[in-house]
Order: sequence, then C-alpha cells, then structure tokens
Amino acid sequence: MTQYILRRIAVSLLVLWVIVTVTFFLMRIIPGGPFQGEKKLPPEIRKNIEERYKLNDPLLKQYGDYLTNLIHWDLGPSFKYKGQTVNDIIEKGFPISAALGGIAIMISLLVGIPAGIISALRQGRWPDYLAMFFSTIGISVPSFILATLLMYFISYKLHLLPSALWGSPKHVIMPAIALSGLPTAFIARLMRSSMLEVLGQDYIKTARAKGLPKIVIIYRHTIKNAIIPVVTYLGPLTAAILTGSFVVENIFAIPGLGKHFVTSIYNRDYTVIMGVTVFYSILLVTLNLLVDLAYAVIDPRIKLFEAKE
Amino acid sequence: MHIKKLVVALVVVLSMSLVIAGCGGDKPEAQVDSQEMVVRYNVGTPPETIDPALSTGIPEATIQAQIFEGLTRLDENQIPQPAAAESWEVSDDKTVYTFHIRKDAKWSNGDPVTAEDFAFAWERALNPANAADYAYQLYNIKNAAAYNKGEITDPSQLGIEVVDEKTLKVTLESPAVHFLSLTAFHTLYPVHKATVEADPEGWSLSADTLIGNGAFKVEKWENNVMEFVPNENYWNKDVVKIDRLIFTMVENENTELTMFENDELDMTHTAPLAELERLETEGKLKIYPYLGTYYYIFNTQKKPFDDVRVRKALALAIDRQALIDNVVKGGRKPALAFVPYGLPDMDGSDFRENGGTYYKDADIETAKQLLAEAGYPDGKGFPEIEILYNTSESHKIVAETIQEMWKQNLGITNVTLTNQEWGVYLNSRDEGDFMVARAGWIGDYPDPLTFLDMWTTGNGNNNTFWGSEQYDRLIETVRNSSDQKERMTLMHQAEDILMENMPIMPIYFYTDPVCIKPNLKGVKKSLLGEVDFSEAYLE
Repeated sequence: MTQYILRRIAVSLLVLWVIVTVTFFLMRIIPGGPFQGEKKLPPEIRKNIEERYKLNDPLLKQYGDYLTNLIHWDLGPSFKYKGQTVNDIIEKGFPISAALGGIAIMISLLVGIPAGIISALRQGRWPDYLAMFFSTIGISVPSFILATLLMYFISYKLHLLPSALWGSPKHVIMPAIALSGLPTAFIARLMRSSMLEVLGQDYIKTARAKGLPKIVIIYRHTIKNAIIPVVTYLGPLTAAILTGSFVVENIFAIPGLGKHFVTSIYNRDYTVIMGVTVFYSILLVTLNLLVDLAYAVIDPRIKLFEAKE
Repeated sequence: MHIKKLVVALVVVLSMSLVIAGCGGDKPEAQVDSQEMVVRYNVGTPPETIDPALSTGIPEATIQAQIFEGLTRLDENQIPQPAAAESWEVSDDKTVYTFHIRKDAKWSNGDPVTAEDFAFAWERALNPANAADYAYQLYNIKNAAAYNKGEITDPSQLGIEVVDEKTLKVTLESPAVHFLSLTAFHTLYPVHKATVEADPEGWSLSADTLIGNGAFKVEKWENNVMEFVPNENYWNKDVVKIDRLIFTMVENENTELTMFENDELDMTHTAPLAELERLETEGKLKIYPYLGTYYYIFNTQKKPFDDVRVRKALALAIDRQALIDNVVKGGRKPALAFVPYGLPDMDGSDFRENGGTYYKDADIETAKQLLAEAGYPDGKGFPEIEILYNTSESHKIVAETIQEMWKQNLGITNVTLTNQEWGVYLNSRDEGDFMVARAGWIGDYPDPLTFLDMWTTGNGNNNTFWGSEQYDRLIETVRNSSDQKERMTLMHQAEDILMENMPIMPIYFYTDPVCIKPNLKGVKKSLLGEVDFSEAYLE
C-alpha cells in the first residue's frame, strides 16, 4: 500500500512539473503583459516596475527562480494586487470558496444520489419521470441563470435573503443552490443509469433467487456497486467546486478564489495565473489519488496493491 | 457498511463547512438603527490596493477620498480649495510653492499631520524601488523625474523641503499652473510615516493600520464590505453628517442594481445599459458628467487612412445622436471635437464651449463629397477595412452600428469587425496591427492638456502614427508656460490642428449614469469619477 501511494505521489509530482512548465511558457506566449493599459506608462516607470518584479531577467532564469520558490511554497507577489502575495490571495479566497463548495457538494450528494436511486427503482413510472425532468433542467440551465432567478424571486420579490455578499449563513443558501444545480442533476443521472446496469446483473438475480429481502438486495448489492461512477466523478468535481466558480462568485459578490482563475489571465498577472493553476492541480491530483484509494475500499473487484505481494 | 461510513463522513464535512461559513462574523448589511444615519454605496471592483502612492483606479481613489486628504481639494468647478493646507504662497515665477498645513490637521489616531508626512509620502511615491505607476504625477517637482529614473539616488536633492513641522516648501522643475490641482490627487496624499515605516507592504491592507487624515476612518474591512465611521480627529469634522458609511464591492452590475432596488444600497457605481430607460422614467437614475471621450483611431500608415479626406469622410458620415439615442444611451453627448466638456478655460468658462464644434454630426453630404474626392465615389473601389475592438457587448454594438452607418451613408460595404481579448487588443494597437480601432480616454487631471499631450509625434498613447511638428511645438510651449491665457490659446490651436488632420474619429463624450436614492444629498462626484461622501446626508 505504502509503495503504491509513494509511486503515485512520484507520478503526481511529475505531472505537476509538466503543468507548471507548460503553463509558465504558454502564459508568456500570450500577447500583452501585466503592466499595460489603455494609458501607457512612461518607459522609465515601466522599467522600475519590471525591475521590481524581476520581469527583465531572461525567461529561463525567471522559470528557474519560479521553480525554486515553488518548492518552498512561495508563490510570489501579485502584480495587480499590490502588497499581497499569491499565498495571501489563496489563503484568503480558498476557505470561502471551499466552504461554499463543500455545502454545494453535500447538496448534490444528498439530493442527487437518492433521486437517482428512486428513479432507477421506479423506472418508467412518475417518480422516474419527475426526477429525470428536473435533472435534465439541472444539466441544461447554466448556474448564472439559476443564480439570477434565485436572486430575483427569493431576494427581490420575497425579501427572504440578502441579495449578495458574504459573511453569514444567510448569504450561503442561494449561491450554494446555484452551484449545486449541475452536479446534483449529473449525479442523479449517473446514479440512475449505473443502478439500472447493476440491477440487470446476474448476481442480483441470484440474490433474488436465494430469497434475500428486497431491501438487502438494494442496499448491500446494488447501491454499493452502483455508486462507483459517482465516486469517480466526485474527485474532479470536488477539486473544481472547492476552488470556486467565477460566475457564481461574481453574481453574489463572494470574495472567493474563483474569480482569480479568470481575471488573472485578463490582467496577465503571471504569478497569480501560476499560483492558482498549481494550487488547483495539486488539489485535483490529490483528490484523484483519494478516489483511486476509495475504489479499493468500495469495490471488491479492484485490488490496487496486492498484485506483487 | 462502507456506505454508512461514507454517509457519516459526508455529514461531518457538511457540518464543518456550515461552521466555516458561519464563522464569517457579523452580517455585513447595515444594522439600521433609527438614530444612526447610514449610507451604503457600492464601489464596484474590490480595490487593488488602498496605498495612495501605488493605486491607479477609480474604486481605489473613491475609498482613499474618504480617508485621506491632500493639501488641496477640488471644488465643483475643478478649482483647488484649501484642505490639509490652510494657505499657501506661490513665488512670482510660479516655481516655488510654500504650503502652510493646518494647526489642527490630525491623523485618525490623533497624531498631528506634519510637513514631514507629506515629504515622506512623496519621496516614497518617487522611490524607484516602490515602482509606483503614477510616480510621473510628481515629475513637476524639481529632480523628481531624475530620482524616479535612478539618475540621482539622494532624495534630499528633490525639490521638497520641510521648513518646519507645519510648513512644506516645494520647488518645481518649471512653472506648472495645475500643481495646486495635483496636490488634490491621491498620489500626493500624505501617509502616516510611523505606520508605513512599520509595515511598508501591508499597512494599507488592514483596517487597524489604515491611518488617514480624511473625513472618515475605516472601522472594519472584510468579505467585500468596508465600513467607515467619522474621523473624530478630522479638522473639518462638523461638515460630516453621516454616522456610518458602508462600501460594498459588488462587481456585477445586475446584482448591484438588484441590491439598490431591494434597499440594500443607497447609491450604485454604474447602471446596466439595458435598464437605463426604465431607471430614468422611475426617477432612480442620475447622470453625472465624466471627463472622457469614446473614439476610434485610424492607422494613418495604412491605406486608405493615409488620406485625410477618407478619415474625414468616415468621421462625418456617422450619426452620433442616433447612436446615442438608440444604442449607448445614458445621456452621452455627441463628440464633435476631442476635448470633452467640463474643463475650465482661462476665464473659468468651459474650454469645450469656447472651442466649439469642428464639424456637423451626420454631415453625409460633405462626407460623400470628400470620399468622392479621395477617389471612391459612393464607396466604389473602397478597400476592405476592419474595425478592431476589445471583446465586449457594448463595443460590439457600437461597431455594428457604425458599420451599418458607413454602409448606408457612404456605400462602403466591405467593413468587417474583429474583437480581441483586452491584452491582445492593446498589443495590436501598439504594434500598429489594425486599421480602425476603438479607443477611450479618461482625463488624469482637470486641464485640457490631459487630452492633448498624448497626440504628439511618437507618444506611447498615440497609436495613429500621425504626427505634426507644429502640434508638437505647441504642446511643448504649453507644458512650459505658466500663463493661463497663453496656454489655453495654444491648446485651442493644438486641437484645431488635431481636428484638421483627423487621425481620430471622436464618437461621444462619456457620462457616468448611476442609481441614487432621492433622499441622499450632498454627494460629490468628481469629473474624474471619484465620489466624496464627506458632506453627504440622508433627508
């Protein structure tokens, strides 16, 4: 087991290095730079700025320095947010995005899984149609529309919740629902189709023939096997949702991390582009590793680390 | 069994996230007490920095305007009035300014505001190690440019002299008539020396160390909400009527409007284009003047724009009033010249009104005639041209309208539109890789020079590749003159030359439409966009 995990970590580090390298050079290829605007800076001031942020060093030296600093988890100063480092930006934004994202994932699982199970068990009957109707809507309606509708009806018409901003449990409800719409619907569909597949398996027929109670068949033999695709989806979903959504955070004015994934590129804020990319990659790689480990726990067919022993 | 564990784990994570979310603290909406006068304003984008020496944007300037005060303040007519300085003397040759700081000018922590604080702040803005974007705002001061460029390293050679605790003597490179307006600008605000020295990078990031000398002080700043209370040490505290000022940082303009209409805001920083008409009829809209021009630039190196007749024909053939009425709205004014309204001329009257207009809006007759003279009667044989703009719905719809007007009015049918992401678009403009490009210019200071000095030959902001020696000479004379009458006369002449050559096609003068509660009075919004709440009150 330890050996497997060590091997995976080594591979992950390699993947991270590739991501860092490709992102670093790709971002420098985009035309434009961090200190440009409709108003040009006088050349001497530009020179001061470039010197301060070491942008006039040769590119390879900048790359080497970045890697060295990265090993110490020093992500460098933001060019745009003066006086703040990229570490500061992540430390401030991530807990907020993660709290919101965590709740959204809970909603998706608590609603999506039961909805999928019920519609599979009642296939072709009204609960199935109802659940699939809503999940089709959930998949096709983008989060910003859901967010706008929620804000219009719940805040503007009914005055039940504050329209936007962050800081109290009241502020969490609407963005969490908006954020969970798509994953809930996706999980429900995933769960349904995977349940249907499992229900058609021979071992279920065997279990039935043995005369096991229905509840045991569904709980022990069906759901346990059917949940594997959901667990697979949960890895990348968690990484994506915990790091924040640009759209939802923008609409509800939430000071999370999501906006930096988009605005840093417009601003050519190189250190922030690198920082959030590295951070997201680490999260994604780690969660995928956890998902792979979870398979071994959930699925008896998968043996990750017995092969050689 | 394992499923049970999974469920337990999920529930634990859920409750943890609820706890984390709940830890945010008090709710940021105003706890409106019946006695407390609370004003809520949305500044828009969260500030990049509140450090007056380093910031460049309008949301930043608005926040700073509440908590800092320069030596002077501009009144509604853009005339500098005493602020942190109670008086000043100017030498006859207008190169030496001696400021007398008020005896009762104090920082929000009670320390006196001293000449040393100003000298420290200005040296700091000029220090090349701090790499301030706006350091050039101080280049009028003797040796400032040399120090900022690293040609001299001793800050004591700067023309900034602390005569005594309350007297600051400033020596300029050359006479600068707008220096007293500059001292009202945020780059020249003082900073509290001891606090900044203790934490040069981080002092402006926290409410505890944001010490200012303005009408308000920051009480709390978290989660995109900044709360101010009156600064009891402000020399002019009697004018401050509101008890609590709340700035929210909501970027999305539709959310901002919902908050306004839901009584969560008293004033917004903008208004969505699609809602302008409705808001105006409902009496929620107020249109403030704004010192800016929206225009197109021609690449005069490329055919057919090397021919002034073509440039003029294109500029005359568009119907600006129709564009404003049907597309851009918001009370914008057709730009029939480049320098916008609102800038004082020599006698205090309006520079634009004195200068008049240079052409008629939608002068299709003349446009057709010019185009025919240039060899393209009714648009025949006109080469394919392209309008470049940065990706945005509002720029797109303007470009489409102009494309249609050129087609209808001049018979030019082969105009294509290209949009590029902001950084790429700026790069294309710099490299001259365009034919016609969208542009916008917002003034830096209330003097027509901020609109005219950018068109000198080879200026970094002049992407048209047009240049005129005569124009350059006029601007050079204006820069070195302290005689307002001479300056203004020459600037009118410079604008004549610019409009005679038309390397640019002015489209409209900006305005600043915002939503404001009818009972919110006394808000001052400058031509440059910043908002001042020091004398605001709710009726």
